[in-house]
Amino acid sequence: MESLLQYLMISVALFAIGVYGLVSKRNAIRLLFSVEILANAGVLNLVVFSRFLPATNVIGQVFALFGIALLAAEAAVGLALILVAYRIREDIDVLEMRELKE
Amino acid sequence: MPELAFVALTVLAVTTAIFALESKEVVYGAISLAIMLLSMAGFFILLDAPFVAMFQVIVYVGAVAVLIIFTVMLVREEKWLKVESGMLQRIGVIGGLAVGVAFGLLMLNTTLGSVIASGEAASYAQIGIVMINDYGAALEVLALLLAASLIGALMLARVDGEE
Repeated sequence: MESLLQYLMISVALFAIGVYGLVSKRNAIRLLFSVEILANAGVLNLVVFSRFLPATNVIGQVFALFGIALLAAEAAVGLALILVAYRIREDIDVLEMRELKE
Repeated sequence: MPELAFVALTVLAVTTAIFALESKEVVYGAISLAIMLLSMAGFFILLDAPFVAMFQVIVYVGAVAVLIIFTVMLVREEKWLKVESGMLQRIGVIGGLAVGVAFGLLMLNTTLGSVIASGEAASYAQIGIVMINDYGAALEVLALLLAASLIGALMLARVDGEE
């Protein structure tokens, strides 16, 4: 069995990749990918701690299930927003969308 | 054997996560993301959480990944092949590295490395009991939220004047 630290390092690596994508990408779909990667790193953390902490190892899994369901809702709404933006502007570059605020 | 699976899953998860963001075609990125989500399910199995792994495969690989691939194909455009600006790229690499190194060093300086899994793995029955008894209200709210987001997504994506 691997130690807690190894799993946390994977989670950190995925989180770093997600942050990189969130900062550097301009395509709205890539941003959604980044958010999914970030959120999965968080869910992995929940399951890891629920397995390695001695006393309560059920609640972490329950929260992971809730988290996955929330992320599914988030992905559905996000993709619908991208579709609407594409239909209105024919483009999903988030830097181009800044003019929406004016 | 579990060690080998662990190393393989780690390599798979990290490489597919990077490829999902860096692939030239967004469709390949979407498929890569689906593989990354599958490898997360593999981690959950290694962590004695088969129920969460099952949920991950059904919800993510079954529904979300298909939804993403569908959307990518609907809004596909050659314009996307243009490269991202170098400035943003550099800021992103620096930001990601800073976050990763900071959290990594933070964890290496703790005693987390010596923690080994102990106790029994949770059974399906225990998960069900906790979910219904302790978090029943949260479950109801979650069901409402899922329904609301589904209706919201449908309303957003609906084309006006096509009833």
